[in-house]
Amino acid sequence: MVMTTHEEKMRTVRFRVAATPHIVVNSEICRNECSVHACVYVCPANLFVPLDDGGILFNYEQCFECGTCYIACNQENAIRWSYPDGGYGVTFRES
Amino acid sequence: MTALPAKEQFDVIVVGAGPAGSAAALLSARAGLKVLLLERGEYPGAKNVSGAVFYGSAILNQLIPNWWEQAPVERYICRRDIAFMSPTTAVALDFRCAGSGYATAPYNGFSVLRPKFDRWLAAQAEAAGAFLLTSAVVDDVLWDDGRVVGVRVRREQGEIYGKVVIACDGVNSFLAKKAGLQREFHAHELSLGVKEVIGLDPAIIQDRFHLTGNEGIAFEYLGAITEDVHGGAFLYTNRDSLSLGVIGQVSSLVERRKRPYELLERFKAHPAVAPLVRGGKLREYSAHLIPESGWAMQPKLYTDGLLVAGDAAGFCLAAGLYLEGMNYAIQSGLAAAETAIAACRRGNFSARSLAVYRKHLKQRHVSTDFRAYRHAPSFVNGPRLQNLYPEMIARSMEQIFRVDGAPKRKILPLAYRMVRQSEIRPGQLLRDAYQVARAYLW
Repeated sequence: MVMTTHEEKMRTVRFRVAATPHIVVNSEICRNECSVHACVYVCPANLFVPLDDGGILFNYEQCFECGTCYIACNQENAIRWSYPDGGYGVTFRES
Repeated sequence: MTALPAKEQFDVIVVGAGPAGSAAALLSARAGLKVLLLERGEYPGAKNVSGAVFYGSAILNQLIPNWWEQAPVERYICRRDIAFMSPTTAVALDFRCAGSGYATAPYNGFSVLRPKFDRWLAAQAEAAGAFLLTSAVVDDVLWDDGRVVGVRVRREQGEIYGKVVIACDGVNSFLAKKAGLQREFHAHELSLGVKEVIGLDPAIIQDRFHLTGNEGIAFEYLGAITEDVHGGAFLYTNRDSLSLGVIGQVSSLVERRKRPYELLERFKAHPAVAPLVRGGKLREYSAHLIPESGWAMQPKLYTDGLLVAGDAAGFCLAAGLYLEGMNYAIQSGLAAAETAIAACRRGNFSARSLAVYRKHLKQRHVSTDFRAYRHAPSFVNGPRLQNLYPEMIARSMEQIFRVDGAPKRKILPLAYRMVRQSEIRPGQLLRDAYQVARAYLW
């Protein structure tokens, strides 16, 4: 099938999930200081979930490590960003 | 996981086994230097994504003669299209070169799959004598008396010492930032590419794109294809798959609140694209950032004990007609290696000694190309050039070719009406024409 849902896309990607997250979101800042929540839209893996209280929940397990959220975020220190431990994270096979 | 050589000092430590890093490691190792090539992925290429067409065949051929005979290449490019899109139509500039030097050795460009190609290139560096260590994330550089003397790998006793560190750690280069050479980026300087590799029978690919044997195509798209997000799209043929994707400027994705993978679906559904991808099956989805601002986002390229190359140095030419990165990655990696080799010979690794990097970049036409096209990215990667004008061209053709009993309009009044209907003022149009000319003509 050529047309695919986002879930179908993500199922084609291989991840070796690390025990600890490599990106940490300070939901306090998202709730109190950010009204844009750009991360929710731009993340190609759709990993940022807006919460009822205005905060943001981040699921690190299927991250492409692309850096878009960090670049798009307009709040200081809301996203702490690094790479997963060596050998962990996304492992592309064809791209 | 291989153990680190204990307390050993390397001549050159290369961080990142993409095209820049592997080229740097290969050339340094051939010169007899002791080289460590570090890669954070499970294997080289595991974290790497691009279109991907590799236009550096002639460059690599100087390093590894007839490299394409042993490398995992997909197809050599013998047709390039640039298409201007309205929501329902397309006008293409169609360059066919199957009967030209583009289609004979050393070829002009090949489609490649990065996890396979990058892995092969890193293996060439290993064969030349470089020591490759995978699954190794570098978190920081090591300093001694104000100069870089090595790197810190995230593991027990991860301090590794080297005379020169070459940072080829990609678009998000943590090393260039830690070494104080690069600033934080703005969202308008980077674009996000989302991509799919779609499996398709080779016989269907040949039929559908009018290809013989291992010929391939590279199509690029501008206009309404990304809605109002500044960017474009691409479609390339591999042996038994298509690589296609959409590229959108991060700031404009944010402003328009667009989800990149929804733009990708829209692209595949366009009437000019849908018949090309029909019957294919998704094999892998991926995403990567592109340092699109060229000259404007390049860091300071060296400091005491450290050089920066590849995407980490912003050596990606995204300027409308050109979408090239791997060739500049390799050229800058080679220039960095030449610099490191000379520094080792002199035994001097100060910034002053490494300043010759600039000369090598110039000789390899890296800095000269980026300087020549320094005006292009900020203007070309904008709303009018990427979206509005391409769409107007497609809409004009719709009107020019339409036969519906109404009187035919000549092109000038038609164009005049088209401009009047848009939000562009004539003065703006003239200024843009001048900008295009300045970016490309002289």
